[in-house]
Amino acid sequence: MKIFQGRVVVPGTVTAEALVSHGGFNTLASYQMALQFGDLKAMGKDTEVACGDQNNPELYKKPMMGKALCLPQTIGSTTGGMILFTACALGKQPACMLFSKPIDSLAASGAILGDVWTDAVMPVVDQLGDEFLEYVKTGMSISVKENGIVEVHDS
Amino acid sequence: MKLNEEQQAMLDGSRGAVMAKIMKTLVMYGDAFDAERMVPVTSRYGHTVISFGLGVMDPVYDLYDEILSAGILPEQKFTADPKPLDPKVPSGPLEDLVFKKLMYNRQERYEQQLKKLGITKDEDYTCACYLELVGNAPQKGDVLSWAESSAVVYANSVLGARCNRNSGILEMMGSIAGFVPEFGLLTEEGRKADWVVEVRCEKKPEAQLLGSAIGMKVMEEVPYIKGLDAWLGTELNDSAKAYLKDFGAATASNGAVGLYHIENLTPEAVELGESLIKPDAKVYVIDDAELERVHREYPVIWKNPDANPQLAFVGCPHLSLQQLTDWARAVLKGLEANGRKRVAVPTVFTAPVPVIREYEKTIYAWPLKKAGVVISYICPLMYMNNPLCKSKAVITSSNKLRTYTSAKYCTDSEILDIITGGAK
Repeated sequence: MKIFQGRVVVPGTVTAEALVSHGGFNTLASYQMALQFGDLKAMGKDTEVACGDQNNPELYKKPMMGKALCLPQTIGSTTGGMILFTACALGKQPACMLFSKPIDSLAASGAILGDVWTDAVMPVVDQLGDEFLEYVKTGMSISVKENGIVEVHDS
Repeated sequence: MKLNEEQQAMLDGSRGAVMAKIMKTLVMYGDAFDAERMVPVTSRYGHTVISFGLGVMDPVYDLYDEILSAGILPEQKFTADPKPLDPKVPSGPLEDLVFKKLMYNRQERYEQQLKKLGITKDEDYTCACYLELVGNAPQKGDVLSWAESSAVVYANSVLGARCNRNSGILEMMGSIAGFVPEFGLLTEEGRKADWVVEVRCEKKPEAQLLGSAIGMKVMEEVPYIKGLDAWLGTELNDSAKAYLKDFGAATASNGAVGLYHIENLTPEAVELGESLIKPDAKVYVIDDAELERVHREYPVIWKNPDANPQLAFVGCPHLSLQQLTDWARAVLKGLEANGRKRVAVPTVFTAPVPVIREYEKTIYAWPLKKAGVVISYICPLMYMNNPLCKSKAVITSSNKLRTYTSAKYCTDSEILDIITGGAK
């Protein structure tokens, strides 16, 4: 196990399986596929919100819902925050978002809108450092503590 | 963050519970970036990225209903991104069913909300709101509460306005409150360049490819670009502005660029020169080979990568009047050269309504229509945001459209060859 200290953007505790993107996480492109048939299936009952970003081979077609999303930052369209907010409102958000770098304005918008305007719990920690993203691998177990401590378990 | 008396009272509920939540959102947003204060929004108009009534986005429209029900309206009117539907754009019965019944079935509800919230005019749905004919061009130094990545990067870089890459909803909240937290691109320090990009190309780089390469490299940081003035000149004329519009959109979709400086061309670079460059700025050299590499690595996710194109989209972001007339002239010339009367592939050029209106007065409008080219105010990205388009071989010269959909990127000249029947 390795411990990383970050800064709390949205407080909360959670344990979840890591889903790692070493490149920027394009929120619109990632949720695009999941949003296509919204009320029927998209963010819906029988899916796990698969990533639709063809430019992100690490995440493409992998389920994002309920995962500990580990990323440097988000990129792309300014609909990004609104999309994260919607995911939170529908209860289809990642378990948490863990940023190696300082959080970007779109991810912050989405996380804060989700926190203030919905009942969703999605802890967000940023500034975990480059070493965090070098160490964590998809599938590892991650525990987020209230004070911004992130524990990465090897198995 | 230090709030003034009025702001603190709003946060404490003096203007009701909904306004207090809006205030809390803005304060948390500022706190995430260590903002020390709120600053007034000084632009005449806002701009919202949300222009679509998608069924799955009900929580957004419910939130806006909550705001409207509390009697809260923005302090400024605003323009909005392009609409997702236009009957003129080719679509089959199944697509029509999917668009209207399954996907954009909240369009009417949302457009009614925008009218109540204060959209400037019903025709002001465009991502290129800053074009002169549309009329939402902020002044240098104006503080904005906008969202739409391509519009924000243009306003910051080409117009010298000040705006962070706000998200949809957040931008509306800034327009409602009349102030935004001061951080990032609103500050002098935040506008300094983290990168020096040296363009060493032997031919004029494709705007979309150059923007894509830079976006992927610098992510959210600010680049200071040298060598591009050799191709664009030192005057911000219509051609240079059109190039920078498309270039910026690509930096913002393949990265998260909110501001760039072009040496000897963009306002702050002209005014402040290399003093904008941070002492520890990184360097990225771009030549023709680098741009070819970027182009080569674009994934093609058509079911049959060698399929013949079925539809061509040009104009994401929306075309300016000069771009539209340049395209029209080039297509008509190409058709004549290739002995064709109609385009070889159904083609849609997209532009703002006021631009289309002016274009229709030109000598190109009628012959181009006869040649089968559709001119539309639609958002091609929204049009393609459905599974049916996955099986459609769509080509585009927009890197932004390529990034978010299954459309395949072709350069402008490749598109021209294909649609005029000159491609081998």
